[in-house]
Amino acid sequence: MIKSNSGIRKTDVINRRMFIIGAAKVVVFVGIVARLFSLQINENKKYLTLSDKNRIREWKLPPTRGNIVDYFGNVIAGNLKVYQLHIIPEQVENFNYLLVRLKNLLNLSDKRIARINKLKAELKPWDSIIVSENLSWSQFVKINNYLYDLVGIKPVMTISRNYPFNDVYTHVLGYVSQPNEQEILENEIIQERFVPGMKIGKLGLEKRLENHLIGTNAIQRYEVNAYGKRINQLEHQKGEQGSKIRLTVDTEIQKACGKLLNEKAGSISVMDIYTGDIIAMYSSPSYNPNLFLFGISQDEWQLIRNNPLKPLINKTLSGLYSPGSTIKPIVALSALENKVIDTKFKVKCTGKMELYGQTFHCWKEKGHGWVSLKNAMKQSCDTYFYEVARLLGVDRLNITAEKFGLGKKVLGEYFDTEKKGLFPNTKWKKNNLGRGWVLGETLITGIGQGYIQSTPLQLCMMTAQIANGGYAIKPKIIVDNNPISYEDAKQSMESGLLFDTNSESLLDKKLFKDKKNIKIVQEAMFSSTNERFGTSYKSRIDDPKYQFAGKTGTAQVKRISKRERELDLELEQIPYKDRDHALYIAYGPYINPRYALSIIVEHGGSGSKAAAPIAKKLFKLIIDRHELRNKQSNFERITI
Amino acid sequence: MFQHDRLNSEITLFQKIKNLDYILLISVIALSVISVFVMYSTDGGEILFHTKNHFVKLAVFFPLMIFVAFFNIKFWHNFSYIIYFIVILLLIYVSFFGIKSSGSQRWMDVYLFVLQPSELMKIAIIMCLAKYYHRLKIENVNSFTSIIIVLSIIIIPIIFVISQPDLGTSILIALSGLIILWLGGVKIKYFIYSFITFLISLPFIISFLKPYQKLRILTFLDPDRDPLGAGYQIIQSKIAIGSGGINGKGFLKGTQSYLDFLPEKHTDFIFTLFSEEFGFIGSVGLLILYSIIIFRIVRIGSISRSNFARLFCFGYAFAIFIYVVVNLSMVLGLLPIVGSPLPIMSYGGSSMLATMIGFGIVLSAKINHKQMIA
Repeated sequence: MIKSNSGIRKTDVINRRMFIIGAAKVVVFVGIVARLFSLQINENKKYLTLSDKNRIREWKLPPTRGNIVDYFGNVIAGNLKVYQLHIIPEQVENFNYLLVRLKNLLNLSDKRIARINKLKAELKPWDSIIVSENLSWSQFVKINNYLYDLVGIKPVMTISRNYPFNDVYTHVLGYVSQPNEQEILENEIIQERFVPGMKIGKLGLEKRLENHLIGTNAIQRYEVNAYGKRINQLEHQKGEQGSKIRLTVDTEIQKACGKLLNEKAGSISVMDIYTGDIIAMYSSPSYNPNLFLFGISQDEWQLIRNNPLKPLINKTLSGLYSPGSTIKPIVALSALENKVIDTKFKVKCTGKMELYGQTFHCWKEKGHGWVSLKNAMKQSCDTYFYEVARLLGVDRLNITAEKFGLGKKVLGEYFDTEKKGLFPNTKWKKNNLGRGWVLGETLITGIGQGYIQSTPLQLCMMTAQIANGGYAIKPKIIVDNNPISYEDAKQSMESGLLFDTNSESLLDKKLFKDKKNIKIVQEAMFSSTNERFGTSYKSRIDDPKYQFAGKTGTAQVKRISKRERELDLELEQIPYKDRDHALYIAYGPYINPRYALSIIVEHGGSGSKAAAPIAKKLFKLIIDRHELRNKQSNFERITI
Repeated sequence: MFQHDRLNSEITLFQKIKNLDYILLISVIALSVISVFVMYSTDGGEILFHTKNHFVKLAVFFPLMIFVAFFNIKFWHNFSYIIYFIVILLLIYVSFFGIKSSGSQRWMDVYLFVLQPSELMKIAIIMCLAKYYHRLKIENVNSFTSIIIVLSIIIIPIIFVISQPDLGTSILIALSGLIILWLGGVKIKYFIYSFITFLISLPFIISFLKPYQKLRILTFLDPDRDPLGAGYQIIQSKIAIGSGGINGKGFLKGTQSYLDFLPEKHTDFIFTLFSEEFGFIGSVGLLILYSIIIFRIVRIGSISRSNFARLFCFGYAFAIFIYVVVNLSMVLGLLPIVGSPLPIMSYGGSSMLATMIGFGIVLSAKINHKQMIA
């Protein structure tokens, strides 16, 4: 065997070069191990977190709204279990067959079917489609009976807002519905907790107290795959229901208000004269807020929107009316306070008053003859108040009226639809209309006509502040944490000092200069209701337990021409839109008063015929509920 | 020298079996068993398509390896050029009649599986060049003609493979070829000069790349620039490996693969799944297994008498090393994504066929390590 020299040399070259390669291999493998070490041991935590982020996804569920209860704890806005029907497309064997079956079982519209088909095309096959948001129990049972035939559907139970008293509280509470984009963007809390299908307050307290009522999301954690499909449920974190909110309102009285104003346009407000608690606040006609929960149908919406009695307007807060004769107590009080008149001051009423060639009529054509304050108030003599207003001047009247809350929002922070109203003075006219004040305008302001505009709640508050002896109150509709009791409020008022719960300071809330003047006005109002010839004498209650004092008002909607005055038409003969608004303000019981109210019936005719009788019916209930309310407030104090 | 008389005598079958390298054989079997289990995991813990097919391929190709081993190394030496030309013909065939899939044309249908001739070229080029340098006189290694010839041997198949297009395989073929040049004794300065030339011409080469290939390079440099698009694979792969930790998440418990976050988990990213489930310890274990295989092949080469066997074993050991390094660097985010399978572990018939043939020739070299080739 001959080994070639070249062969040996070649083998040497190969071996030498292999050695270099071998060394390089070791270095590279060590490098790879180092990389593995850095990823798997040094940065293990980071990558574990990333891996969990990949596979774990959270699903927020709609939060449960807090309940709203009335003063006695009755739920007036609560939550109800509702039955929904979902389709999970990937589990459906024959989609069209299923839709036909569901259409027959649930009477689904063609539009709804088209919408489901559209959703199916848009969503991932494992995302559920909501077929019906609110199945009735019988539908739910029906579906459950046929479940074997309806592959791929899932009956689901969820929670939805519910207003058990339907239309009774609509204008107080508002309603909830699906938020629009702007509403989500405007409120950070909604933005954070928003999930499709969630509903938010659209109006009233539901809107105002959204951040308290909303509650927190329940969270479900799922393991998902790379395409977002849920594989396993990992854990469930319960959400917290929103705060419970207790209102000062009394459902029984609120319901009674609704009945009394049935088929009329108008408003009733009832207030505690010491604490400012709003007992009832009803605007008629109302509508059912439950209709909005699952999207109101076009027909139902048109019915509400086109109703000539305007159910969408909260008349208590946003309705502006001339107060008519209900302003007279304030005119009288202002004149007494400014020492323009006294109880002996008399005016002769001839049925009309001439001023600079203009005639101002009293409602009684024949006139009242010589009248003093008491008689003028009792019979609502216009001529007397023309004269008093003329002597007083609109600017001094304005000061007193604004002190008692006219021209200012009553509950401004809670309802953004609340209107301010207007109590004019000379400066206002100059600034806003650019013309000087005319004395004739002072006269008609004295009987609550002209520029003057007020909301029913303002009139109620004004009455309450006369009734409590002339002390300022802060009306409220939500029971706060340490409610001031009626006794404390009354005592502090009578000692001249009022404990303000908000600023926690003692404030002088006296609205009068001489307490005697308030008394005079109160007596005049008493006579108007409880003495013969009083405008609301027919609506009086003699039982001192229920006896109340009040003042009627009849607000003209349009100027009455001479011809019409001579015709003296009956109410039915005047077109509805031209009829006068009927008003009534009252407080009671006359001895030891507790509650004030204001009633307005739009186009109801005269206050004594249309509004005062409502007060008579209502006062019985209000006073009867008084004991219960007292007990409740004591009970509430003990628990705190 | 006293064994000379036994050299020409026929080796019996019994002796052949006795002379097989059992450490290499056991390592390959171990790797095969691991690969079946990992494939079972990619199927989500069920014996489905990939597990079944992978097992069947192992069952066919493992005996094929033994079959190849029983041919004398001289036989493989004699047929090296022919095998190279057959594979070139197959490459020409697929470039005209091959099966197209996801934008490239590199497969042909044979009965058991679809064959990818470029994978076979990884072995054929080593055989061809090993034979060339075996026959070349050492004085002529750096002659102009021989350099031109070896470069042509490397460049011709690469032209076909790169036009398929398949950058990953081309690079692996080129590296496999170049290592034989290195071992054969081509001057070191030539390597240095070509490397410098390569660096200078890199911008030109990049301008010739397909857009998706450029994207891969950009993505490699900064995977976070498009985390849901091009960078997705690298990011998800790193998350899977990193979250494995020391011990791994456990067999069949790799969330990244189980929940489909891992792309290509059967083929190029099989190591990612393995590493997620078996952690650092498992990964290093696998690397040691590959090291044993490489070391055994080098050892067989160094005891071989013929330079053909020596060159083939060293070249093949380096090729295995390069496959492992390129694949691991890719899934660990050290190199851009180029399609390159992990030998034996990755799903894919052609790669396994080529690897097993390679092992077979190495085993043949072992059985016949005393064989001289003129």
